[in-house]
Amino acid sequence: MDFQVVVLAGGFSKTLVPLVSKEVPKALLPVANRPVLSYVLELLEQNNLKDLIVVVESESAALLIGGWISSAYVDRLHVEVAAVPEEIGTAGALRAIDHHLTASDILVVSGDLVCDVPPGVVAATHRRHDAVVTAMLCSNPVSGSTESGSSGVKDKAKKRYNIIGLDPTKQFLLHVAAGVEVEKDVRVQKSILRAVGQMDIRADLMDAHMYAFKRSVLQEVLNQKEAFQSLRRDVLPYLVRSQLRSELLLNGVQSEENGNDKDASQNPKIVLSQLLANASTPSFHELHALGPNGFSLSPRKTHKCCVYIASNSNYCVRLNTIQAFSDINRDVIGDASHLSGYSFSAQNNIIDPSAVLGSKTTVGPQCMLGEGSQMGDKCSVKKSVIGRHCRIGSNVKIVNSIVMNHVTIGDGCSIQGSVVCSNVQLLERVVLKDCQVGAGFVVTAGSEHKGESLAKKEK
Amino acid sequence: MDPRRYSRVIDPKVRQVGFCPRSGQVQNQSGPTGPSTSPPVSHISPSSNSLSPVMIPPPRHPSDAASRAVNVPATATTPLRPRRPSFDDPNNNSSSTEQLVVSSYNPDESVLGTSPPFSGIGDDRDGDAESEFSDNSVNWIRQNDSGRFPLSLAPDGRFDSAAAKEKQSKKPQVGSRKERGGGQTAEVRNDLPSESKPLKEKTSKAERRALQEAQRAVKAAAKAAGGNKSKAASLSAHEQTNKAAKLPLQRKDDGPVTSSAAVSERRGGERPPEKDRKKDAPAPRMQFDDKNRVEKAKKRSVVKQTEARNRVELFRHLPQYEHGTQLPDLESKFFQLDPMHPSIYKVGLQYLAGDIRGGNARCVAMLQAFSEAIKDYSTPPEKTLTRDLTAKVNNFVSFLIECRPLSISMGNAIRFLKSRIAKLPITLSEAEAKSSLCSDIERFINEKIVIAEKVIVEHAVTKIQDGDVLLTYGSSAVVEMVILHAHKLGKQFRVVIVDSRPRFEGQALLRKLVKIGVSCTYTHINAVSYIMREVTRVFLGAASVFSNGTVYSRVGTACVAMVAHAFHVPVLVCCEAYKFHERVLLDSICSNELGDPDAISKVPGRMDINSLHDGTNKENLQLLNLMYDATPPDYISMIVTEYGMIPTTSVPVIVREYGREHLLI
Repeated sequence: MDFQVVVLAGGFSKTLVPLVSKEVPKALLPVANRPVLSYVLELLEQNNLKDLIVVVESESAALLIGGWISSAYVDRLHVEVAAVPEEIGTAGALRAIDHHLTASDILVVSGDLVCDVPPGVVAATHRRHDAVVTAMLCSNPVSGSTESGSSGVKDKAKKRYNIIGLDPTKQFLLHVAAGVEVEKDVRVQKSILRAVGQMDIRADLMDAHMYAFKRSVLQEVLNQKEAFQSLRRDVLPYLVRSQLRSELLLNGVQSEENGNDKDASQNPKIVLSQLLANASTPSFHELHALGPNGFSLSPRKTHKCCVYIASNSNYCVRLNTIQAFSDINRDVIGDASHLSGYSFSAQNNIIDPSAVLGSKTTVGPQCMLGEGSQMGDKCSVKKSVIGRHCRIGSNVKIVNSIVMNHVTIGDGCSIQGSVVCSNVQLLERVVLKDCQVGAGFVVTAGSEHKGESLAKKEK
Repeated sequence: MDPRRYSRVIDPKVRQVGFCPRSGQVQNQSGPTGPSTSPPVSHISPSSNSLSPVMIPPPRHPSDAASRAVNVPATATTPLRPRRPSFDDPNNNSSSTEQLVVSSYNPDESVLGTSPPFSGIGDDRDGDAESEFSDNSVNWIRQNDSGRFPLSLAPDGRFDSAAAKEKQSKKPQVGSRKERGGGQTAEVRNDLPSESKPLKEKTSKAERRALQEAQRAVKAAAKAAGGNKSKAASLSAHEQTNKAAKLPLQRKDDGPVTSSAAVSERRGGERPPEKDRKKDAPAPRMQFDDKNRVEKAKKRSVVKQTEARNRVELFRHLPQYEHGTQLPDLESKFFQLDPMHPSIYKVGLQYLAGDIRGGNARCVAMLQAFSEAIKDYSTPPEKTLTRDLTAKVNNFVSFLIECRPLSISMGNAIRFLKSRIAKLPITLSEAEAKSSLCSDIERFINEKIVIAEKVIVEHAVTKIQDGDVLLTYGSSAVVEMVILHAHKLGKQFRVVIVDSRPRFEGQALLRKLVKIGVSCTYTHINAVSYIMREVTRVFLGAASVFSNGTVYSRVGTACVAMVAHAFHVPVLVCCEAYKFHERVLLDSICSNELGDPDAISKVPGRMDINSLHDGTNKENLQLLNLMYDATPPDYISMIVTEYGMIPTTSVPVIVREYGREHLLI
């Protein structure tokens, strides 16, 4: 279908410290004991997209990710892992792999996306409207369940919401502003508003970071606007802003047509294009292009920015905060269990056959216990994910938490709403509530922590 | 008018639709004569089914036959009858209704036992009997009149073998009717299809076809045998009964043999007619009330099609799908449709989403997509371009059909393209072939659409005079160009734009005309009878024009044309000749397109009456959103084509003289 897929897998994200460490880049964070990147790759594979470019920030992360991909997807996907320097942003990353892009349209997917919306819908919308960019929007995830308690508070306070303006048919993007930039007032372009006549402004939509770009346009914008760093913050708003007076792209894409326009109004091609235009209900772009009286001599150049709004029945969340990390983990073994790819037992949980449970230990529904993990007696696990080869003592309570691989938990611990990274040691009677424990950390016996982030550096 | 109407009733296509309500009546009438004596009579019904295509003329003629004038049609039908037992038996055997058959036998046999001993006449009887019948069909009918007794026996005897289908008891009716007189036969005929309709579901299509083929074969055999033998018709009838009587005995031995023979005949017989059909008739449209076929088609289809549950009775044969389910599904499959060229996919998507509408635009979009697909095409190794590309195009077309049924214009364009592909010289290299095809497509678009429109505009403008009030319906691209051109020429006229829900296509036209300063009146179709008083010309567009002069166009056009006719306002239809089709269309039922039913149940801005919309799932509510209608030629004064302005009666001439040229160019 002449689409090329670029997966932006990121690097060592700072927002996810302490979960992310030198050994675990963001893309390899486990979601239900699988790297988060695998969700995107499998979604693409399901949709028959097997030639991928995975862009990773920093060489070391690229090595880790490339190693994982080649071991997990050998023979299944044809993946090219490209390492780009850190801190150049998403736009910079695309700029760096510019020469790899050849297809007429590019699908850019963020590597931290966990969703079940087929990318085909975005591509199809893009093609149907012949748009320069099509973005997928999904409704804002409900952040933090009632049980996860106060850990969400911090994130909620600075929760990023987008102000998005749509046309009445909900097909075109008229305005984009990230919530951070919006302090008090929203500035909307008059010309767009005038052309469309009506704009729906919505704050309940989230940019899912799945974009379809027209390659020529993308490359042109990236080359001409050197300062652009981020697709979401720079490129997309730029394209949306300039959609009724597009300057750049026209030299590239439509220049030939424009040349023809002038020399012959009798040209059959133009008659044809008019014919086609007449047949379809013109979008505001075309109406605007024709000018106020409908017959301006030099049509204004426009381009279309489309959106695809995922329905509420689809699951679509990005793993970009710690809160999102625990939410996604919870959902993937809970509500959105079809994403996990595991088959659930009758008790609605997944316990690897090699796991060992002590007597009187209960594992509740929506739980996952990785292979080789051992649990002592009288433990209770609720709504939690426990990774591989963990050793958990007796009388341990784990609720709403994520315990990664090779974690040792002493007797009598209580863990609630927390994330415990790999190789952590919790000594006896530790009480954790809404904490994140970085990899390799040792929590001293009998200590109580609430809402803290524990990592080696802090020690 | 009247004769035309009459013929309409007779047309087979109308038949297929069938009007159910009358069937009850029929049964009542037939009650006393047929069924009471013989439940197994059923035998005839299959014949009646199979006859329906053939029979159409005869029913009219028997009435004439009373005057003995018409032998021919009678021969067409009668030879079939004697033959039936032999062919039907195998069929019934195969149709696994043995139990019924057995039960029905006993009474029959007893009847047969009493019947005169003609049993000795065996195998060659078929040929003979048929030949006789064909010659003496009139006699036969008369015989029925005079000698009721043998006939009444005959059906029973015959039917025992076929008894499986009980409802089919049509034949006795026919017989009894004939006794009453020719006048009633026509009525009977009308009833037949209605009764046979429920039957259709039981007899599979293949069976029916086999029967038909068999009957044809018999006819041919009869001709070959010649009309030498002159046994009394009654005799042959008796033979029949005898044979029927024998059959149960023979069955165990003969059954499989005969059935296999029938099968082989079916196979063999099917081929040539199939070919013929392809030649003379347009590819038969799929009838969507035929469950088997729909199932099969579903398996093939790319687009997931959920059929609408509550469809209007008369229009069940047209495809209608749950609206809004197809698009998301097709979209989500974007990357899974490998063989589909992106441009084709895009066009299909646009059809499905309604982004492209209008006959010309759809056709042009399709052709351009084809041209792009051809450019990117490369012949796989070991295959020839001509064949492989044809297969490809077929693939594309079936995909497009799934997105939206093809318009006639698109069908013509596809035919053109295929004929071009087929006629490519083998000596051409692939690149040359591709470029020649692309230029052909371009030429088609240019000559048949763009230039044709210009010529039409030139022609039509001459019909606009100063002071005219033009009326147009909806938004037709050609009509719009005509009006624009007339305005450019400085003619002084006014335009009335009649529009209708749910699409309000006229508004776009209105906007354009008002912008350039044409004085316009905009109204809805409800007011057309009022506004028609002041109108001097009606200009209409068309989706297609059929060879009987019927104009197939946006629904509502017929209404406008009729009102104009009543007010003696000339109606001019502007239509490019590539949209002409040799088919004959008599009503807007048998071929039409169903739109989204929600579109008519929802009224934007009227929350108070939109409660209807919630009830679309109710069992007793069926919504009908027709897309097209057929305007009878009587209401059309003139058709403006690029070949000139012609009356509707000249459409066949254009089709004949220039139709081939579409393919040649």
